[in-house]
Amino acid sequence: MSDKIKFTMDGVEIEATQGQTIMQAADEAGIYIPRLCAHKDLLPFGSCRVCTVMVNDRPQAACTQPVSPGMAVDSETPELNDIRRSIVEMLFVEGNHYCAFCEKSGNCELQALGYRLGMLAPRYPYMFNKHDVDASHPDIYIDHNRCILCGRCVRSSKELDGKNVFQFVGRGIHKRVAFNSDTDLSGTDVSVTDRAIENCPVGAILKKRSAYAVPIGKRKYDSQPIGSDIESRKAAVKQS
Amino acid sequence: MAENLERDVKQICSRNGNDRTRMMDIVREVQDRFGQVSGQAMNTIAQAVNSHRVEVESVVSFYSFLSEEPKGKFVIRLCNDIIDKMQGVEKVAEAFREELGIDFGESTSDGKFTLEWTPCIGMCDQAPAALVNNKVLTRLSSDSAREIVQSLKQNEDENRLLHMLGDGNNADPLVNSMVNNNIRERGPVIFADLKHGTAIHKALSMSAVEVIKDVKTARLRGRGGAGFPTGMKWEFTRAASGSEKVVICNADEGEPGTFKDRTILTEKPDLLFEGMTIAGYAIGAGTGVVYLRGEYAYLRPFLESVLAERRNKNLLGVSILGKTGFDFDIRIQMGAGAYVCGEETALISSCEGLRGDPRNRPPFPAQKGYLTLPTSVNNVETFCCVARILDKGAGWFAEMGSKGSTGTKLLSISGDCTRPGVYELEFGITVSDLLEKAGAEDAYAVQVGGPSGQLIGEADFHRKICYDDVATGGAVMIFNKDRNPLEIAHEFMEFFCEESCGYCTPCRVGNELLKQRLEAIIAGKGTPEDLDYLEQLGKTVAVASRCGLGQTSSNPVRTSLKNFRGEYEKLVRENKDGMQRTFDIHKALAAGEDLQGRKSVIYAD
Repeated sequence: MSDKIKFTMDGVEIEATQGQTIMQAADEAGIYIPRLCAHKDLLPFGSCRVCTVMVNDRPQAACTQPVSPGMAVDSETPELNDIRRSIVEMLFVEGNHYCAFCEKSGNCELQALGYRLGMLAPRYPYMFNKHDVDASHPDIYIDHNRCILCGRCVRSSKELDGKNVFQFVGRGIHKRVAFNSDTDLSGTDVSVTDRAIENCPVGAILKKRSAYAVPIGKRKYDSQPIGSDIESRKAAVKQS
Repeated sequence: MAENLERDVKQICSRNGNDRTRMMDIVREVQDRFGQVSGQAMNTIAQAVNSHRVEVESVVSFYSFLSEEPKGKFVIRLCNDIIDKMQGVEKVAEAFREELGIDFGESTSDGKFTLEWTPCIGMCDQAPAALVNNKVLTRLSSDSAREIVQSLKQNEDENRLLHMLGDGNNADPLVNSMVNNNIRERGPVIFADLKHGTAIHKALSMSAVEVIKDVKTARLRGRGGAGFPTGMKWEFTRAASGSEKVVICNADEGEPGTFKDRTILTEKPDLLFEGMTIAGYAIGAGTGVVYLRGEYAYLRPFLESVLAERRNKNLLGVSILGKTGFDFDIRIQMGAGAYVCGEETALISSCEGLRGDPRNRPPFPAQKGYLTLPTSVNNVETFCCVARILDKGAGWFAEMGSKGSTGTKLLSISGDCTRPGVYELEFGITVSDLLEKAGAEDAYAVQVGGPSGQLIGEADFHRKICYDDVATGGAVMIFNKDRNPLEIAHEFMEFFCEESCGYCTPCRVGNELLKQRLEAIIAGKGTPEDLDYLEQLGKTVAVASRCGLGQTSSNPVRTSLKNFRGEYEKLVRENKDGMQRTFDIHKALAAGEDLQGRKSVIYAD
């Protein structure tokens, strides 16, 4: 078909459909590009920049950049992985991430990405910024200390829940997620079953009374690194 | 009172058609009327325009000139860019503090005054400068600061502050400003005379495609700094599908040290509007928008009157100059204090009544811009060049300047020189010739292109001002031997941290980290390894950031490090004892001491 195109990822030719993003095409081909703000059910956002790749030697976010015939994409290079690690480290020092006792530990995409990218300790000094927590809602707990401003809650609420519970306010380092309410989270129409709650990649939005339900060793990223689900497709792609 | 608020806010919304894409106009009006956009006002606005409170809050919290908290009747915004600091703004600040009894970021208890810092307001050639509400006050001293406060207390009218009016149209009753143009050299493109309508007339005698061809033949490149070929941008916008198209003029002149568009808007608005109208014809657009930075609000009534006059002369409106089917008009969209809105996609977001977050590309504005319509965003000066190209011919224009950079360029020069102001010069002039013109015999460092440009030293003064060598959107800031390149870089990093929209990680966090480490080095706590740290971090921010702001925000650090490495090396020293010099035990203990309610025994000063 004419809407199929070819391009290369790290020198390997892969097939894609016109209109796909680089990330979508790579996912289908079983190639994992690290990411945080991107989510398969949400529109591309391009804010975390972890998925930065080089397209014909120019940096682009794989989650927003569409494929084009013959483009040469570099992704698994030492330079790019260092940039990715550097961005993950920035998120670690910007917020206050207490992995050791965080309810999301083992299921957290930020933590898992840190492991996958070989991060030991952040090369940057911790900022120890002060952030609020909101426990006003009967079923939901929000801890801005652990928020990475990926906007998944903002977008999920709009795109998937048909609501408008979350939005960004402020700018620069003072940017934060706010609620559509005069008071606090309890003043919104959020529900614990909203996709916005489920799609938080870190421990910033938590369901109350559900913490530590899965024992260490059986958590999502305990046995295999983040991205393995995508990479397991590679074998299938090759066979077909 | 609360009922009044609701009624008035509803009226403001209704006057703006209860249109949420006109949110900027709505919240600006509410701010002007009530000195704040309170939570209650946000609820009312959200209801009226069928939006959500948090969406309104998102906009209000983004722009410096809007606030949820109440502001005084008179908001004094003192400009604290580096040039103002060099011209002694601190003394002025002290006078304001003393006279008002408050510090910056505070309001007086009677609700009359708010004192704030603000980044460059486009008056570096007459610094120190401040805004009192929309009024610009220049060449301030501690005495004039005291007089300002006394006069405001007595008369409660910022219009009675002026003693003297500026030159040219600054003295026009509709401008009524003490700002001076400081035009030092008038070139043939921007500052020459043009009979209103002649360029449009010529354009209308040609086909739209021929007009674009002329702009391409002239090899005109965007004057905002990036230098994208204007003809090509127009061609893309013209070719994009859709019958409705838009021309936007970027008059959000926010790059510190840039004030050239201020002089065009004051002295040559007809040339600008002429160029925009020609763009409308060439692209096939019916709508033109001038996005005017909030700091230049004092020019708005004047610009509106020029637009009205052009409508009377049929230079705007329906069937312009009798050309059936060519309808084009221009409206002015006010900004509200956000540098990032100079980025074209952020500017479009702002025009649509949103936070000034830049957008993902593709789609490019030429495909999908303002309200999803194909849009061409061009700089003020670019439109002026277009009008002149149509009037004088593409060949005439292309003969000036250098091969890759045709025509003239407006440069706004400030800092340590005797003749600061606006110069219209042919592209290709060397930095040293420029310094001579400006009267800067003892220049040590020159920031070309503003903070997002580069800081160069004497070794580079032979280089030429043009797109292919030392590029600039117009800013040239001069520093003599007494200035420290690290402190210059630090000033600029503070600016970028303040102005980052915070959308992407590298810009939001990386710039803060750069600023912090620079501070440590300036404080004598740096090690030689810190220079590599700055280089690596600066590169990451440049490579991974999403828009032009983050892609260039590390330039102050990176270029000063490259061109003034010796200055850095003077300040850093080997870490022989293995101690972390930036660690401050007293700071680290402060929170614990607060909890304990006593001072540390071991580390008691």
